[in-house]
Amino acid sequence: MPAVLVLWAVAALLVAAALGVALHRARFASRAIYLISLAASLVILVAAGSHLLAGAPASPGVHLPVGLPWIGAHFRIDALSAFFLVVTSLGGAIASLYAIGYGEHEEAPGRVLPFYPAFLAGMTLVVLADDAFTFLLAWEFMSLSSWALVMAHHHDADNRAAGYIYIVMASFGTLTLLLAFGLLAGPDGGYTFDAIRRAEHVMPGVVLLLMMVGAGSKAGLVPLHVWLPLAHPAAPSHVSALMSGVMTKVAVYGFVRVVFDLLGSPGWWWSSILLTVGGTSAVLGVLSALMQRDLKRLLAFSTIENIGIVFIGLGLALAFKANGMAAAAALALTAALLHAFNHSLFKSLLFFGAGAVLTATGERDIEKLGGLIRTMPQTAFLFLGGCLAISALPPLNGFVSEWMTFQAVLLSPALPQWVLKLLVPAIGAVLALGAALSAACFVRAFGIAFLGRARTPAAAAAHETDRASLAAMGLCLLLCLAVGILPGLLIDLLGPVVQGLVGARMPQQSSLPWLSIVPVAESRSSYNGLLLFLFILLSTLITIEAIHRFASHRVRRSPPWDCGFPDPNPATQYTADSFSQPIRRVFGTLVFRASERVDMPPPGDTRPARLVVSVRDTIWETFYAPISDLVSVTGERLNRLQFLSIRQYLSLVFAALVGLLIMVSIWQ
Amino acid sequence: MLLVLALAPLLLGFTRKVKARLLRRRGPPVLQPYRDLLRLIRKEAVIADNASWLFRSGPYMIFAATWVAAALVPTFATGLTFSWAADLIAITALIGSARFFLALVGMDVGTSFGGIGSSREMMFASLAEPATIMIVFTVALVAGSTQLSSIANHMLDHASLRVSLGLALVALIIVAVAENARIPVDNPATHLELTMVHEAMVLEYSGRHLAMIELAAAVKLLLYVSLIACIFVPWGLAPAGASLAAYAIGLAAYVAKLLVGGFVLVLFETSIAKMRVFRVPDFIGIALMLGLLGTLLRFVSGSF
Amino acid sequence: MSPHLFDIAHMLAGGLVLLSLAMLYQDRMFGLLNVFALHAIVLSASVAWQGHIQGAPHLYITAIIALVLKAIIIPLALRRIVVRLGIHRTIETVVGVGPTMLAGMGLVALSMVVMLRATQTADPLAREDLAFALSVVLLGLLMMVTRRNAVSQIIGFMSLENGLILAATGAKGMPLVVEISIAFSVLVAFIVIGVFLFRIRERFDSVDVSALDAFRGERR
Repeated sequence: MPAVLVLWAVAALLVAAALGVALHRARFASRAIYLISLAASLVILVAAGSHLLAGAPASPGVHLPVGLPWIGAHFRIDALSAFFLVVTSLGGAIASLYAIGYGEHEEAPGRVLPFYPAFLAGMTLVVLADDAFTFLLAWEFMSLSSWALVMAHHHDADNRAAGYIYIVMASFGTLTLLLAFGLLAGPDGGYTFDAIRRAEHVMPGVVLLLMMVGAGSKAGLVPLHVWLPLAHPAAPSHVSALMSGVMTKVAVYGFVRVVFDLLGSPGWWWSSILLTVGGTSAVLGVLSALMQRDLKRLLAFSTIENIGIVFIGLGLALAFKANGMAAAAALALTAALLHAFNHSLFKSLLFFGAGAVLTATGERDIEKLGGLIRTMPQTAFLFLGGCLAISALPPLNGFVSEWMTFQAVLLSPALPQWVLKLLVPAIGAVLALGAALSAACFVRAFGIAFLGRARTPAAAAAHETDRASLAAMGLCLLLCLAVGILPGLLIDLLGPVVQGLVGARMPQQSSLPWLSIVPVAESRSSYNGLLLFLFILLSTLITIEAIHRFASHRVRRSPPWDCGFPDPNPATQYTADSFSQPIRRVFGTLVFRASERVDMPPPGDTRPARLVVSVRDTIWETFYAPISDLVSVTGERLNRLQFLSIRQYLSLVFAALVGLLIMVSIWQ
Repeated sequence: MLLVLALAPLLLGFTRKVKARLLRRRGPPVLQPYRDLLRLIRKEAVIADNASWLFRSGPYMIFAATWVAAALVPTFATGLTFSWAADLIAITALIGSARFFLALVGMDVGTSFGGIGSSREMMFASLAEPATIMIVFTVALVAGSTQLSSIANHMLDHASLRVSLGLALVALIIVAVAENARIPVDNPATHLELTMVHEAMVLEYSGRHLAMIELAAAVKLLLYVSLIACIFVPWGLAPAGASLAAYAIGLAAYVAKLLVGGFVLVLFETSIAKMRVFRVPDFIGIALMLGLLGTLLRFVSGSF
Repeated sequence: MSPHLFDIAHMLAGGLVLLSLAMLYQDRMFGLLNVFALHAIVLSASVAWQGHIQGAPHLYITAIIALVLKAIIIPLALRRIVVRLGIHRTIETVVGVGPTMLAGMGLVALSMVVMLRATQTADPLAREDLAFALSVVLLGLLMMVTRRNAVSQIIGFMSLENGLILAATGAKGMPLVVEISIAFSVLVAFIVIGVFLFRIRERFDSVDVSALDAFRGERR
């Protein structure tokens, strides 16, 4: 029975965490713990994967007598949780493989080793939980262990600030989840998911909003994303990969579980909220990513963009489901889930690459890198693959899920609501804009960090990373390519998942000739990654062959021409900020109130001329600054309460009691 | 596929000739691009000292992606054997792949001009690509398909004037002009440092590599003209499995369309001045707006 | 009637909307005047086509009036004014081109929704024609709002009036007298504004209407 197997693996992870506490000083500890994590993740992967391959037959849940005495803890694997278990355990396995090499460079293993397996266990338990109490407990466990990992390098003041914001946001998120489940359970207090599914729900719209806040803050939806670009980069790189690639997917799981599974039939206006928030996240995320110089922070912002795309897919699925268009809902939901899976792959790959760069050079600022393609050729190649995948370029996997989302948009003129009719095309445009901007963003990241000439001695002295890390990255890229050229197989695996949630599934794909994918009908649209890949490969080979046969073979090396201004100083290269300057001028003036000021000294003055660029975080200023001001002002006011006499305290208590009694008497 | 390859330099040569004529110059012979390519291929390649493997393999990737994209557009007959392998969205994305590599190789050597070209190219692309997708949406909603062959067949069978299609046509022309680095956006003939975009990225290339990139650019121009021809003037396309005569007619019609398309492009180019770089986003933004408007109209009511 | 008749009417109305958007985008005086003349030509073609469909000969007269007055006389006169005022350079827009276009798009979408929802029982062609006409009117208003130059405000006003005519001809039933009187009133308004322009210029050395605000003491 898969659920039991997974629970044993979780137990192994928890034991590993305990071992991490005990053994963190030993030299072999890092390798041993990551090996245990790898093995446990593989066990979970096999258990969940075989469950999914078998078509996700209904399996009885497991009931453990832990937790609250009259509830216990329920666990179950159904199709949805099996799919997300595959996502978490695959991400966990690859990250553990990477960490076998990367973990050797860790300065403070005692602060990473105990929490890493615990974090994996927490994520697995969230997906496995079958009652509200276990779900919340596991969720909080996941949040706290990841917070500990964010604080691993707490000597850095930035990391401490990131940890502080993270813990505030995470607690707030859990609070809203608690309220959401409270509403779901209703007055009877049925806390198992089964009981919730059967119950009548009061105020389902409020539950949706609470879930948007609770799960959305964990996933990084704008405007609740502020902690994410601070916290994800602060952790060690393999943990960043897990947080960005996998933990955000666990949040998506929580959202899908409640909104699609537990909450019953949706209202159509829910989808408009999802679409708006998703679209905003997609564009703001990628635009912010374009403004970053810190490689890992850039990747974190791009996570926000991709989560936005996933939520756009979910929003479309909700809209179709609310209007009874099951087939279209299946397409949109499949696209969203597929994108979640794809994102976990390529985002892990990119974070691993960033980690390799960090260990090789000690730099995260891309303005201080450059020319790494010559010193770290293999990492560069793998990172380039990740960039291609995340920029939604065929034949890699990012394109497939984005293509399917576009197909879902094309089905939506049939929606009857006017709001959606106007909103969906705009969201389609936003989606396309996000894809194009993310291509620009990753050309910038790769071009500045890996191409050109080394900008600092540290970048010039870089060396190739270790074999375990390379293997993990290579595995990611292979999976990206496999999903990109054979998406039909994965879509078929998603069939039972989608069937359970919206009552229909996409047509069987694997029986089609040449393994192409056809979402609706062949005359409407089809895409074949395999053929496209073969075409590109073939035409490249033909070209190379033709050129080698007919063209001159002579090659001469010379200094770069550069229109006649060769300058050996690497400082004359295009920088990251100058690369994004056109985009900052086109979009940034509106979104970030970006401004440029040239400070030109008068003739005769020896002061250097300066260009001052200011980019402001509008989200922080509009949403969070007022809140934090309010908190500090009320704090100041309430400070007086500390210095009252006992009589005054008693009268306060008395007044509160009377007030509550009055309220009860009026309420009835 | 070979047809595309053979015709592309011809179209380029034709546009150059017509342009020269319109400017009262005599202009190079129509076949000059072929000669240029041959000469480039025979010359030795000069590569910068610090160029990486990406610099040397980039031109092949760029060319292959563009070539595959162009081969997926029906030129003189619908019902290509593998037209279902990729639809319009995939073709757009393939062009995007080519551009991705082009921008990267521009930055490889680490010169300031390469960077300026890449940066501006990506800025233009960040508007032109969504514009293309919106055009695709409009057309797909009219024809009920994103497959080019089906779209062409639909347009043949139900030819009618539609407002949304008109918007899409204008938008597509703007995108085509921008994507092919033609005059209001970029000047294909200039090497004046601050105004060039496409040329700045390929500044360091020479010999066979430059030949590949030039050929890819020519193929891209051909691609856009055939795309417009295929969607908006599909008459003359031979249906699948037609007789040899129909194919011959289709071919003749195709060549005629190319000539007309090239001529109109040149006419437009000579009558307009190059824009400032920061006017260009407005210009491409128009295409995005028009595409969005077309899609909106189709969403709101089926009869637009 | 064959569907092609509808399609062409539709196309012409859509072309008017497109040209209105083009006017919003144009920021050079002469370009704007050319687009405006084209706007008027398309309008008269549209009116004439409506006359053909509806079999209403008086619409041809409206078309000819529109053609002569708006496509030839007014643009030429405005051109002379522009040359004499020496303002054939870039227009200052109050908001940038991008946001203006976005607002324009929003207005078009808004008018579509309002019209199509409000007139669900009407004849489909008339409905969509009305929707287009409303968007032309709104775009004209938007243009008047976003420009500071008095001449381009006049053009915005004229294009707004074009939208009214489009609506009137689509609705089958505006008497000729009304149309002619509208045409002449517009002409009179034009002359008045033209005179006014020179008065403004004489006094303030500029046709930037913000100078008027300063004169009224609203702006410092």
